[in-house]
Amino acid sequence: MSGVGTLELSGIHAGYGDFQALFGVDLRVEPGEAVGVVGPNGAGKTTLLRVISGLIRASAGTLRFGGADLAAVPAHELPVLGIAHVPENRRLFPQLTVEENLKVGAYIKSARARFQERRDHVFELFPRLKQRRHQLAGTMSGGEQQMCAIGRALMSGPRILLLDEPSAGLAPLVVQQVFDLVRRIRQEGLTVLIVEQNVAQVLRVVDRAYVLETGRVAAEGASAALAADPAIRRSYLGGALSAWIPSCWRPC
Amino acid sequence: MSGLVLPVAVLAALACVPLLSPPDYFMHLLVTGLLTALAGTGWALMGRYRLVSFGHGAFLGIGAYVMGLLWNYYGISPWLGVPIGVAAAVGAGLLLGYPCFQLRVVGHYFALVTLAAGEIVRILIVALRDVTGGSLGMTPHQAPPGGAFAAMQFDKAGFWWVALAAWALGLLAWRVLDRSMTSKALAAIAEDEDAAASIGIRVTREKLKLTMLSVALAALAGALTGQYRMYLNPESLAGLGISLQIVFVAIAGGMYSPIGPTIGALITIGLEESLRVAFGTQFTGAAAFVYGILLVLFMIFLPRGIAGLLERRAAARPGRRLAGAEGTVPAVQPPG
Repeated sequence: MSGVGTLELSGIHAGYGDFQALFGVDLRVEPGEAVGVVGPNGAGKTTLLRVISGLIRASAGTLRFGGADLAAVPAHELPVLGIAHVPENRRLFPQLTVEENLKVGAYIKSARARFQERRDHVFELFPRLKQRRHQLAGTMSGGEQQMCAIGRALMSGPRILLLDEPSAGLAPLVVQQVFDLVRRIRQEGLTVLIVEQNVAQVLRVVDRAYVLETGRVAAEGASAALAADPAIRRSYLGGALSAWIPSCWRPC
Repeated sequence: MSGLVLPVAVLAALACVPLLSPPDYFMHLLVTGLLTALAGTGWALMGRYRLVSFGHGAFLGIGAYVMGLLWNYYGISPWLGVPIGVAAAVGAGLLLGYPCFQLRVVGHYFALVTLAAGEIVRILIVALRDVTGGSLGMTPHQAPPGGAFAAMQFDKAGFWWVALAAWALGLLAWRVLDRSMTSKALAAIAEDEDAAASIGIRVTREKLKLTMLSVALAALAGALTGQYRMYLNPESLAGLGISLQIVFVAIAGGMYSPIGPTIGALITIGLEESLRVAFGTQFTGAAAFVYGILLVLFMIFLPRGIAGLLERRAAARPGRRLAGAEGTVPAVQPPG
């Protein structure tokens, strides 16, 4: 049996209509762990996260969190179970202020009473949000918005945080900052599952990672081992071949 | 506590209006204005969260006809008939809202569905002419001598107090909603339904709660209007004409401020009366034409309505803060 707060996927098949995106994916996140899912475009990373967060249903396989079957749980029930999802492109409420975004983040019953305490905690983690608390979320920079999105997710008091492409659409320097945020959250002891294209960055933050290719797990292991793996280095981290390419052309 | 002093004082002052014994015509305009304001307040509750309904007339009609039929056929007093009518309208609102929200019918599509719903109710009332009197309308029976109060049949002053209480109830509903978590959740839903669901907001349930509240206020306005006029007509209590008038009331007055629809109702009643005097029966399409033009102008130049204009003035004055600005989430802002 899995322990409290273990996220467990086994043999997950999923897709959109006739198109199948995942072929029997197994994945496990233990409490307190930070796990990454990396891979190229179209490998099925976002689909995987959508299955976990209930936005699409797996056609086969089991999905459990802390022993509870998630197969029939609707998306809005997940925060109640302790799963918080920071969606791709942040999806803030741009016309609400930072503080109001945090306020709706504490919508679920168990979170309402602890709103102030958690808000102060988020402000402590991200002092920039405190400075901008009365600003409309849509008017902030990309990095600040990502901060706000993570803060909003933390307001529900989750046990596990799902991060979908936190670096998407951000400038390299800001990407660096976003991963610093993730590191800070990790120190809180929160379980984190992070889906990313930016392999080099994510391997520095997580304990373990899964490499997804065309809907299958192609490799998995401790992040240090993956970062040292010659095949991975060649495909994702800029190995011997890409040493010939000027750094500014390399995808990052 | 101190926030309650001003509303109570205003309400008390308004309650004294009949004591000045104003002319009957003036009292008639005031009562009609209050009831129109109530319907507009109900509409604006949904409108400001981007749930635009072109069918609120249906709920006025259901409220009024359920009440009227209960009185005429079963002798059930409007004191009971009005709540029953409101409940029936809320039921109809749920029947309409649940599939819409579950299937994510939003924006223009939602507006079209409600448009059709409004017409369906009007056509039903006309088609059931054996019971409802059809397009000729229906007149509630006169109360037996001495039973006027029990039958909610008052003179203009009496109805002023009933309408005032109903109107105050509408504003109270607005205030309670504004201070609840539901209003924050609805603001989030209006911006991004998926993101709202991802943080645990029960989108369908919150929208249904709002719909029920909005429909209840509209139905209350409809039932009281029917009872006040002592005449129910499918054209003036259901269908597109009255639905659009409610939309006009909320948009002209401003749907982001609790007093907006009331301002809108006063403008609408004033406009209606002056158009009636100016054109008489010569040019019956004129009123709708003028409404249409004004609606377009308001949407372009004053999307927050007259109340929005007043708020901006108040905010521009130094050293003054908008009342209630702190701690409440503003409803979704109009673009621009």
